[in-house]
Amino acid sequence: MTIEKIQEEIVDEFSMFDDWMQRYEYMIELGKSLPLIGEQYKTDDNIIKGCQSKVWVHAELDNDRLVFTADSDAIITKGIIAILIRTFSNQRPQDIIDANTDFIDEIGLKEHLSPTRANGLVSMIKQLKLYAIAYQTQLN
Amino acid sequence: MIQTALDIKTIRKDFPILNREVNGKPLVYLDNAATSQTPQQVIDVIVDYYQNYNANIHRGVHSLSQEATDAYEAARIKIQKHYNIAKTHEVILTSGTTHGINLVANGFSSFVKEGDEILVSAMEHHSNIVPWQMLCERTGGILKVIPMNLNGELIMEEFHALLSEKTKMVFCNHVSNALGTINPIEEIIEASHKVGAAVLVDGAQAAPHIKADMQALDVDFYTVSAHKICGPTGVGMLYGKEEWLNKLPPYQGGGEMIAEVTFEKTTYADLPHKFEAGTPNICGGIAFGAALDYMNSIGFEAIAQYEERLLKYATEQLLEIDGLKIYGTAKNKTSVISFNIEGIHPYDIGSILDKLGIAVRTGHHCAQPIMDFYQIPGTVRASFSFYNTKEEVDVLVEGVKRARNMLL
Repeated sequence: MTIEKIQEEIVDEFSMFDDWMQRYEYMIELGKSLPLIGEQYKTDDNIIKGCQSKVWVHAELDNDRLVFTADSDAIITKGIIAILIRTFSNQRPQDIIDANTDFIDEIGLKEHLSPTRANGLVSMIKQLKLYAIAYQTQLN
Repeated sequence: MIQTALDIKTIRKDFPILNREVNGKPLVYLDNAATSQTPQQVIDVIVDYYQNYNANIHRGVHSLSQEATDAYEAARIKIQKHYNIAKTHEVILTSGTTHGINLVANGFSSFVKEGDEILVSAMEHHSNIVPWQMLCERTGGILKVIPMNLNGELIMEEFHALLSEKTKMVFCNHVSNALGTINPIEEIIEASHKVGAAVLVDGAQAAPHIKADMQALDVDFYTVSAHKICGPTGVGMLYGKEEWLNKLPPYQGGGEMIAEVTFEKTTYADLPHKFEAGTPNICGGIAFGAALDYMNSIGFEAIAQYEERLLKYATEQLLEIDGLKIYGTAKNKTSVISFNIEGIHPYDIGSILDKLGIAVRTGHHCAQPIMDFYQIPGTVRASFSFYNTKEEVDVLVEGVKRARNMLL
């Protein structure tokens, strides 16, 4: 599925909920089901800077696709990273680089997070895109 | 209902913000240790200032300037009386506690030589650690830490053992922001003076709970922020003994702090103006005075009694929750509860509580050394004020239970 299609799917899912408690519950579920990063990758090098809770992300290339795994010590943060990974994992690096992230605003995620978490969200997107740039250079 | 001499219902009417909703729920404001809310009486003073006598002070020949100067200086006297300070010019109006600490730490550089020691308590806010680290870097002084036990109490035997003739300054908060511990500053001040060390006490967290008496404490410096005590942000007070304030060099240069300026030499103004460079937060200073009037009209004794009961009730109720652990269980503490639930990150609890309209602080509370001591990333901190109610404690407890069910 293309990044755009996945994003549409996520926007649809979030529009089904009446209030933010339900959305939080959904994010917590997503967080709990996030495929975990290998323990060996939970290093300081893989911590995303700018997040108040700890977030580790690991990326590796599977043929021409970039696969992300992640973990966090906070469950809602895990839900946020799960949404991003669902969007960007198993995609071509160039598509990740080109993808726009307006869907974040559409589901209202940013405005419903605390300012520190919203900053963390921006850092996460930046970090995923940086991985894509690095691997795209490698592919070239 | 909690038995109290205070009429909480009427008191709550003084605080318009307590009527608002957050995320569709009535606001339950339990982040009072970060900043207190502002009563209408103080808001009125702020509005009156800007509507009727906004002017620069101490230099104008015109009537407005005189009115503003009179009100500002009257506020200084209110602060002096509140803290039982011997001389009006020992009250330095600052931008807040951090400013006061930096002013003293900066001035103290002149008195600290290589090998001299500065003692700070293990439960300090970052703003109390960093200025002293900077001082030690500049001077070759050594920073030593007064350790604490697991209850969050300073280990006083260790403090006495650390004190020596090398000790030049002892720095301690009156009340810990992260744990609520009330520190035995009387003992610290007395022992420090015996070895000739000066003592600076950070009174920011004590301000809304304890009416500190500067002369009885015999403390050298004491610093406070108005916004912790129902006043506005951006203004505070540094108390310093006259002899110390005369010895300390000025902190910032500018208008208001000079007596005479030529390009060859400047002579400094007398106290307190020597430390009050530039146009101060005039309205803030006046409102600070009004906030003290307000707090005193309610009465600190009644406030302390009520908050103690609220703390006891909240502690009992929260401890009923499975896996909940409270950090900071000192015998002597203010109405602050720092806690975690096993297996849950404090940020997650804070986020759910926010959606329920409950404002708490989560994180390391600018006191990372304390979090390292307990080996936790942070805590959820609920801090109660005299305008909080037993019913609000119940909302908090229900909220924490709900968060726990969602998150585990």
